[in-house]
Amino acid sequence: MSSQDGQAAATQAAPPKALVDVGGFLDDRFRGARGVRTFLKKIFPDHWTFLLGEIALYSFIILLLSGTFLALFFQPSMTDVVYHGTYTRLDGVRMSEAYASTLNISFDVRGGLLMRQIHHWAADLFMAAIMAHMLRIFFTGAYRKPRDVNWLIGIVLFTLGMLEGLFGYSLPDDLLSGTGLRILEGVILGIPIVGTYISFFLFGGQFPGHDIIPRLYVIHVLLIPGLILGLVAAHLFIMFHQKHTQMPGKGRTEKNVVGAPMYPYFMAKTGAFFFFVFGVLALMSTVAQVNPIWLYGPYNPLSISAGSQPDFYMGFLEGTLRVSPSWTWDLAGHTVAWNVLVPALVPLGLIFTGAALWPFIERWATGDYAEHNVNDRPRNAPTRTAIGMATVAFYGIMLLEGANDLIADHLDIPLYTITWIARFAVFLGPAIAYFATKRICLGLQRKDRELLEHGLETGIIRQMPNGEFIEVHRPVSEEKRAVLLSAQAPLPLPPAGTTDENGIPIPATSGLAGRLRAAANRVITESIPVNGGNGHGNGHAGGHGNGHAALGDGQAEHAPVGAAPRGPGPAGADGDDAEPGPSGDA
Amino acid sequence: MSDIDKTSAAGPGDGDAQQSPGEQHAAGGPEGTGEQPDRPRRVIGTPSPATARTLLEPAGDGSGHSPAVPETATQPEDEAKAKRAERIVAAFFLLSMLASIGFIAAYVGMPVHTLPRTFHSNLALGTAMTVGFLSMAAGAVIWVRRLMPEVDLEEPRKPVASTQEDRQAFQETFMQGGQDSGFIKRPLVRRTLIAATLPLALAPIVLLRDLGPLPGTSLRHTVWRKGMRLLVYGSNRPIKPEDFNSPGGLITVVPDGYQDDDDALAKAAAILIRFEPGQLQKPTVMDWTVQNIVAYSKICTHVGCPVALYEQTTQHILCPCHQSTFDAPRGATVIFGPAPRPLPQLPLTTDAEGYLVAAGDFNEPVGPSFWERG
Repeated sequence: MSSQDGQAAATQAAPPKALVDVGGFLDDRFRGARGVRTFLKKIFPDHWTFLLGEIALYSFIILLLSGTFLALFFQPSMTDVVYHGTYTRLDGVRMSEAYASTLNISFDVRGGLLMRQIHHWAADLFMAAIMAHMLRIFFTGAYRKPRDVNWLIGIVLFTLGMLEGLFGYSLPDDLLSGTGLRILEGVILGIPIVGTYISFFLFGGQFPGHDIIPRLYVIHVLLIPGLILGLVAAHLFIMFHQKHTQMPGKGRTEKNVVGAPMYPYFMAKTGAFFFFVFGVLALMSTVAQVNPIWLYGPYNPLSISAGSQPDFYMGFLEGTLRVSPSWTWDLAGHTVAWNVLVPALVPLGLIFTGAALWPFIERWATGDYAEHNVNDRPRNAPTRTAIGMATVAFYGIMLLEGANDLIADHLDIPLYTITWIARFAVFLGPAIAYFATKRICLGLQRKDRELLEHGLETGIIRQMPNGEFIEVHRPVSEEKRAVLLSAQAPLPLPPAGTTDENGIPIPATSGLAGRLRAAANRVITESIPVNGGNGHGNGHAGGHGNGHAALGDGQAEHAPVGAAPRGPGPAGADGDDAEPGPSGDA
Repeated sequence: MSDIDKTSAAGPGDGDAQQSPGEQHAAGGPEGTGEQPDRPRRVIGTPSPATARTLLEPAGDGSGHSPAVPETATQPEDEAKAKRAERIVAAFFLLSMLASIGFIAAYVGMPVHTLPRTFHSNLALGTAMTVGFLSMAAGAVIWVRRLMPEVDLEEPRKPVASTQEDRQAFQETFMQGGQDSGFIKRPLVRRTLIAATLPLALAPIVLLRDLGPLPGTSLRHTVWRKGMRLLVYGSNRPIKPEDFNSPGGLITVVPDGYQDDDDALAKAAAILIRFEPGQLQKPTVMDWTVQNIVAYSKICTHVGCPVALYEQTTQHILCPCHQSTFDAPRGATVIFGPAPRPLPQLPLTTDAEGYLVAAGDFNEPVGPSFWERG
């Protein structure tokens, strides 16, 4: 700190005149001197995964900007027109005004095609970034108290993003998106009792009607963006107020934040990142065509093209619809369309509900009600990581099944075979992912423990005076050691049916709920504690001990082994053939 | 010098220096320090004698802590280097400026209104925009990395929860308000207030009622009527059985008079397939066919996509959306996929002039399942 100030003083230059009394101006009007200064000095921890949420935020801003431009030219109308425009291949074709105006934006407005493509790519990037961001939050346990409410807001934002995207890409009223709306209608019709009513009210009568595009338009440009904007503001404010989590490392504790200040570091970095996101989107929109609606043609209910895939974030639902068997019930004169209802509601409902409840399930099962500001490494929460990977497998398999016709075509696999594989894989895949991930996590934890106890294998073999060969181990760096020691072994709850000292069963462990909780606790707390091997080094065959960093009380004992036991080491005989120090002959 | 020496020199000491709060480094190499993996490169085989001797010597300076990051980090950085970085940043910003000017120039100078021009305009505008944004980003990143001193500061984090007194005080204030207002004491006010909000919440939902007509039985019927001609979709011409020059094709037909009515077509669209004599089998209703020509609804019974793919060799009708597959000569029964019912069959006959006409509407609702379908 002091040295920094010193340097700053050394390189001070005269500031531009306009900046001299900014603080005075602000403070005279808003009494901002103190508060804004705190704001400017706020510390932002750094990690590359912290950028994922920023990508989503900046994609959203780009969506607002490009969407506003498009709205200046787009006609959300289903009035029939006959096209006579630049795209001559559709000359004389009957189409809706919405489709015709989208053609005009693409071909007759300068920069219109670019803006359309930026808008579409940004929507895809928005959803992809949200997914990646959510996975990061989940796998590092950043959703834990006090951030559980923000996690719930994030899930709502994800849902809103899906709807916003679906409604948005339906607006041009092209054949592909119109087919998507037809599928939406079919799914809505499948809802018991109220399905037909919802469908008729949404479409203003029978499908397709003349109302759906203007209705989706106002939802797409006003209602959902407004909700997203409000929730994003809340999301950011809460995050700002609670301060970021940080990755484990030396000097990082639950009670501090280590990083660079908001001003100028974070501001400059995040500004650069905004331009980077915008630049990459511009590049994609320049060289990679997206949603070429003029190739699809205007919507009509009789036509369709093979390989009709929605945008990727809807592909999961497409897959669940495809994988479903044809179950329906005739129930007292009514039709229950399980073949539509189950795939449309259950899988995504499981993911969203499960994600929303998980922080509370985990808290209930572990009894961990503490505040957490240092993130977990995924390996240190094997069950959570395994559940996350099972979900990823589930989602991924359904996403692939949503493109089963393309896979069949490109890989030359029979179509029905793919669907049959998916029907089994949707159950087996997540199970395999769960167990494999858990084993991998536990294995990595064992490796971590070994690193702490024995240090790194250097590959150097040394011969001892008595002729024995040993491999030299070097203790891990302090930074690494701090990371390894960040693992918190969860505290197991007392098993089911535990009694207190008077022999009375403890309420929390008795009954069905108690047994359930004890079982959940057993699964969730399965973990390898890092500091389980005190004094390990001496237990080995003679002379070997020197190669190890005996793990003390989890603190302090980190001096390089080569130097430390120069005095009376644990095995005095080899006190003078210490490992070469890290500096060697640098 | 062996690899072992180098990597171990860069290992622990480096990490230590990097993470000390408040310490700063010369910003010479953005990624240069601190990124080496902890694990030294493993040596396979016997090290050369010279290297081996080096390795066996006690640690060089005895301390074991290697100042991999020079202690000069806190001194003013190399001004020449900084000057160079400044020029690079400025070059990027200038490039961004030029690109933005290029963007405006491309907008003014490149008209659209034909396809090649549109694509050239898109390429020019997009390239200028890309260069503009990315060089701005690159300039700013180099600025942060090379010109701003690297810092690693620590800020204390207070627990989220307030002090016990504050919580207590809040709870008291909150409960006091409840008492003062009588909200707690006067349950009648409380309960009638809650009761009053319930219909209020229903009102906006009721307001949505006029968004559309009630469904009634409209999903049960289509516009097909007895004697209505089948028009070939696209050409809108009526069709005679003899017009099928060869069996095996699939023709989309629409009801005469509704060829441009998407609402009607969304349910009434049908497909015609002609088979070889004897190929048609039950449960196809033979009375509804004309000269081995059968008509099915084109609307998939799954979620309503048009079943547009026909595989002649297997005589399967396939819906491209979710791959429901129907056996065409056997009453379009489902043989794969999520569709729960066969495609409804349209009764066919011919009129006096020999054109194919409907003998009536479908005798069951077409398209996806709905609650009232029964």
